[in-house]
Amino acid sequence: MENFTPLASTIGGVLIGLSAAIMMLFHGRIAGISGIVGGLLGPKPGEVGWRLTFVVGLVAGGLLLGFAHPGGFAVEVTRSPIAIVSAGVIVGFGTRLGSGCTSGHGVCGISRFSRRSILATLTFMGTGALTAAVVTHALGGSL
Amino acid sequence: MNHLVSLVSGLLFAAGLVLGGMTQPLKVIGFLDFTGGSWDPSLAFVMGGALVVYGIAFRLITRRDKPVLADRFQIPTRRDLPPRLFVGASLFGIGWALAGFCPGPAVVAAGSGMTEAFLFLPGMAGGMLLFRAWDQRQARRQAGGGAGGALA
Repeated sequence: MENFTPLASTIGGVLIGLSAAIMMLFHGRIAGISGIVGGLLGPKPGEVGWRLTFVVGLVAGGLLLGFAHPGGFAVEVTRSPIAIVSAGVIVGFGTRLGSGCTSGHGVCGISRFSRRSILATLTFMGTGALTAAVVTHALGGSL
Repeated sequence: MNHLVSLVSGLLFAAGLVLGGMTQPLKVIGFLDFTGGSWDPSLAFVMGGALVVYGIAFRLITRRDKPVLADRFQIPTRRDLPPRLFVGASLFGIGWALAGFCPGPAVVAAGSGMTEAFLFLPGMAGGMLLFRAWDQRQARRQAGGGAGGALA
């Protein structure tokens, strides 16, 4: 557990919770990233502005913190480009099919005690753990 | 004002992900991989912190009649458990563990210029568009086929 960062990670989680609370308080919206991004790919009138500015905030945050705290973006895993693109396709299709990702189901949904979100989160944590174990043990840790 | 609120929320979300370590693929994979010998529970603390704050805030906020800048709260009301919820979540978990990215951290990492994010995001957009095409075809088939239980 040499990389374990309990304090920083808890504070990070608190900031994510605050961000999601702001979206609910002001816009009445769930801060689910896959839903927000997905809504930009098949835009409906009146549904673009708040999504786009939220995504701009995410990107701008990455830009600023990339300079201030480059260690926050260390990769340290061996993945071929084709593996990363394929993972993206699977995540894109899966999150839309399953109506959410770590933020929408994992944070916002579980906070509401949504049965759908609790089961979805257990499912993606389960297949994620299984996949990670297969990559480590059967494929030697790289793809 | 609408845009300013979204922008601030996006910035906070990004800061939370970076501080929480979620823009480092190794930390995410290190959490998912219980068997690797150096398990990193950090991700659970990110979720825990977010759940406590949002769990309390959500209950206080939804006591209001409506949001500050909108007519109504748009909170998911579905309670059904169709196969696509589980198939979708299963696929998401697989892709998440393969790259060490979920959608939020990938967008933030792209802002920092991380090469991997520029590979992951076009794939993710492609996957989302592929889903939309498939979903529309399913909907047309069901409309054309008449009776029969809906998959969704």
